[in-house]
Amino acid sequence: MFQVRIHGRGGQGVVTAAEMLSIAAFQEGRHAQAFPSFGSERTGAPVVAFCRIADKEIRLREPIMAPDALIIQDPTLLHQVDVFAGLKKDGYILINTNKTFEELGLGDFVRDWPHDRLCTVAATDLSKKHVGRPMPNVPLLGGFAAVSGTIRLESVIMAINDKFSGKVAAGNIAAATEAYNTVRAGIEKARRQEAAHA
Amino acid sequence: MSLQTVSFYQTGTFTVGNRLLAAEERSVQANMQRTNSLNSGHRACQGCGEALGARYAIDAAMIASKGQLIAANATGCLEVFSTPYPETSWQIPWIHSLFGNTAAVATGIAAAIKVKKHKGQGGDVRVVAQGGDGGTTDIGFGCLSGMFERNDDVLYICYDNGGYMNTGVQRSSATPPAARTATTMPVGPEPGNAFGQGKFVPAIAMAHEIPYVATATVADLRDLEYKVTRAMGMRGARYIHILVPCPLGWGAAAQDTILLARLAKETGIFPVFEAEYGEVKSALQIRRPLPVEDYLRLQKRYAHLFGKTPAVATIARIQAQADKNIRRYGLLAKEAA
Amino acid sequence: MLKQTEGSHAVAEAVALCRPEVICAYPISPQTHIVEGIGEMVKSGELADCEFINVESEFAAMSVAIGSSAAGARTYTATASQGLLFMVEAVFNASGLGLPIVMTVANRAIGAPINIWNDHSDSISQRDCGWIQLFAETNQEALDLHIQAFKLAEALSLPVMVCMDGFILTHAYERVDMPTQAQVDAFLPPYEPRQVLDPNEPVSMGAMVGPEAFMEVRYLAHAKQMQALELIPEMAKEFKAVFGRDTGGLTRTYRTDDAETIVVAMGSILGTIKDVVDEMRDAGEKIGVLCITSFRPFPLEAVREALKNSKRVVVLEKSLAIGIGGILASDVRKALRKLSIDVYTVIAGLGGRAITMKSLHALFQKLKHEESESVTFLDLDWNVVNRQLERERQKRRTGPAAESMLRDVGTVASKIA
Repeated sequence: MFQVRIHGRGGQGVVTAAEMLSIAAFQEGRHAQAFPSFGSERTGAPVVAFCRIADKEIRLREPIMAPDALIIQDPTLLHQVDVFAGLKKDGYILINTNKTFEELGLGDFVRDWPHDRLCTVAATDLSKKHVGRPMPNVPLLGGFAAVSGTIRLESVIMAINDKFSGKVAAGNIAAATEAYNTVRAGIEKARRQEAAHA
Repeated sequence: MSLQTVSFYQTGTFTVGNRLLAAEERSVQANMQRTNSLNSGHRACQGCGEALGARYAIDAAMIASKGQLIAANATGCLEVFSTPYPETSWQIPWIHSLFGNTAAVATGIAAAIKVKKHKGQGGDVRVVAQGGDGGTTDIGFGCLSGMFERNDDVLYICYDNGGYMNTGVQRSSATPPAARTATTMPVGPEPGNAFGQGKFVPAIAMAHEIPYVATATVADLRDLEYKVTRAMGMRGARYIHILVPCPLGWGAAAQDTILLARLAKETGIFPVFEAEYGEVKSALQIRRPLPVEDYLRLQKRYAHLFGKTPAVATIARIQAQADKNIRRYGLLAKEAA
Repeated sequence: MLKQTEGSHAVAEAVALCRPEVICAYPISPQTHIVEGIGEMVKSGELADCEFINVESEFAAMSVAIGSSAAGARTYTATASQGLLFMVEAVFNASGLGLPIVMTVANRAIGAPINIWNDHSDSISQRDCGWIQLFAETNQEALDLHIQAFKLAEALSLPVMVCMDGFILTHAYERVDMPTQAQVDAFLPPYEPRQVLDPNEPVSMGAMVGPEAFMEVRYLAHAKQMQALELIPEMAKEFKAVFGRDTGGLTRTYRTDDAETIVVAMGSILGTIKDVVDEMRDAGEKIGVLCITSFRPFPLEAVREALKNSKRVVVLEKSLAIGIGGILASDVRKALRKLSIDVYTVIAGLGGRAITMKSLHALFQKLKHEESESVTFLDLDWNVVNRQLERERQKRRTGPAAESMLRDVGTVASKIA
């Protein structure tokens, strides 16, 4: 079972992202369970959503306390909420930012982490560019498909078409695709560097 | 013998005798086809204004709906005296659910009828909801307002006797000032029900801008029948508020029910009018306004006002309210003004 | 058709397939998505011949449902928590009148303190209201139970509550197999009322009944629930024949064959418990699970049959009878009368407290050494409780207890679980 935890703020589509991730996994014939952190939170408040992906029925209903991957939609949460709580060793971290892990003050935290599991993507910028609104959730799913390899970009696109239509769907597909390609390139670069160091 | 022109002095007040009218103009109660929807044999008190009002109102609604009528009834005197199982005085389909939900139950019935009709499984059945003042102006007020606001196709009839008579004469929000009830006893410096409280639900109904709001009393039964018939000719939320004297709760003689209802109107204590979409369209005129004292003196619930030292100031306050009604609703007949 | 969707939406679609004629809606979390979903279907015309009424309160919602059901319409509504409590008078009235209304309760805690999260306090508080209460374990079961609920309700002229865990199920996206209209039509015949407000055959409904017959009328309601004990399993069989799925029924067992310890629970927590049981089975523990689907009527015989060969029964419930302890546990004890089986009461997950596999593992190990009469509060923070009790010993005006206790807990919404 692969478990993903998504952190963001109310209004950023955190819950929708988890739902779409589950739809993408479903499209691939897998079992998936997405659920929010159940708060009566308002716009701007910290929000958490969860997604489990497995090859058999998922019965477990507890919150995801030891995620295999983290998607952080809002980097301002990094030092406010314990977003890394329980993250499995060598788990995937995807942050919506145009800064580096060092610039975010996470240099020490990720020093020994495999570099191809650490990704940043400027998802808010991509969303503004392609959709015209700062909604980082969907491009981050494109990025997640690239970094984790758990789901395919095509499945993310199918999930986008399930949730949106018309211009919004097209914009989000473009944003997710660009995020996917950016992250893909970043990972390959990291892998080349690690190979060179080895 | 020369032809003599007969003048029906009271034609305008609908009290002209049936025998003087053409068949189609006669009252519902004079109609041999009337349903006796609330049949005889029920357990209402002698002189019950509510029983009289309900019989006329529901029979009129039955004629208007061609017998296709369902009634929802709040808990209260009307419910209790008409239906202890296995006996029922109702000749129409009738449901009692709770004290405070009658308007909502009626909404549900109307919704079901609408769907069934649309599916071709039912005809044009109409819905009447009825309750006392407690079930209408107090505990059922939320559901009533909701039904009004949604403009559900229901005629709601409130039989107002100014208190919780079924439970032993306690105060409601329709109890008039100074009146004695079991919870507003005539003791202390301000005996009886307080001034400056209570509500007049017809005005609140009008504020919902519903198609039709009317008041009536059991003194003018032709007027009552006319208003029910008129309301049944319309769709959407309609409200009729009928003043029904209660001999027990008011401490009045059983034979004075009609007289008290007439005095309530003729003093201006109870304005009798019709309104459409929030605007008053007409009012029954008072030919010669009577002093409120004439109305109050007949009721033991006001006896404390007429003791050794009459409560002149309190009576004046009640008179002022009646005068205000006369001004507000334009109740004074022009010839008298 | 398989689809990945939200629990609430799955239920909305299932209810729509049942061809409801009147739906009344009043918003309360976490049931809102269900009626929103149906409302949209009615408004768009996808669900035809259905009146969708936005009422002014839950009390009105149930009252409108009473009116429409009495007038012969298939009627549905949904609520939760405070909403269920606000309509209680009408809830009892609906069952007293014998009206087959179906209502979803998206289970949520009851305040004060106000709490929007899941537990079973709301529907459990209505255990004696005369409604049948079915608890769903998954979203698939939730949608299946709604289809069965209409058939069951109309067969018995009794209202049915389908209880599904708020947020945990209502807001969870998971795979469901959505039946076709043809399947539902094959299973659920049109509603033929036993009593109806009909001008052509006038009846008086809801009139007064005195001491001379009230006991008998009440007993009949009980007798009907006893009939439901027969009917519920039959209906599950019929359901399987049409839909090919095992859902509903009174109870279900999981790995209980040789179990020495059996955990009894209702609702979505069963999934987590099954995962724990699998792990403990792998470690050689003889443990199994009894799932209660029908809480009312309570299947005493089926429960006794499932538990009779065990040594230890752990009743894990998301509700608390303040002043005595367990509610489900009391019913289970009644089923086990005169058997020498230890029954443990565990109160868990109140107000949305996460019930984790880790806690359950520890609990099941710990209980082996405990007195069975004790009531265990899973993951209760004793420090917080004791500090408040100490404050109350120290001074009179301690203020709102909940505020002081939260101050001891520290910041909120910063933890994951």
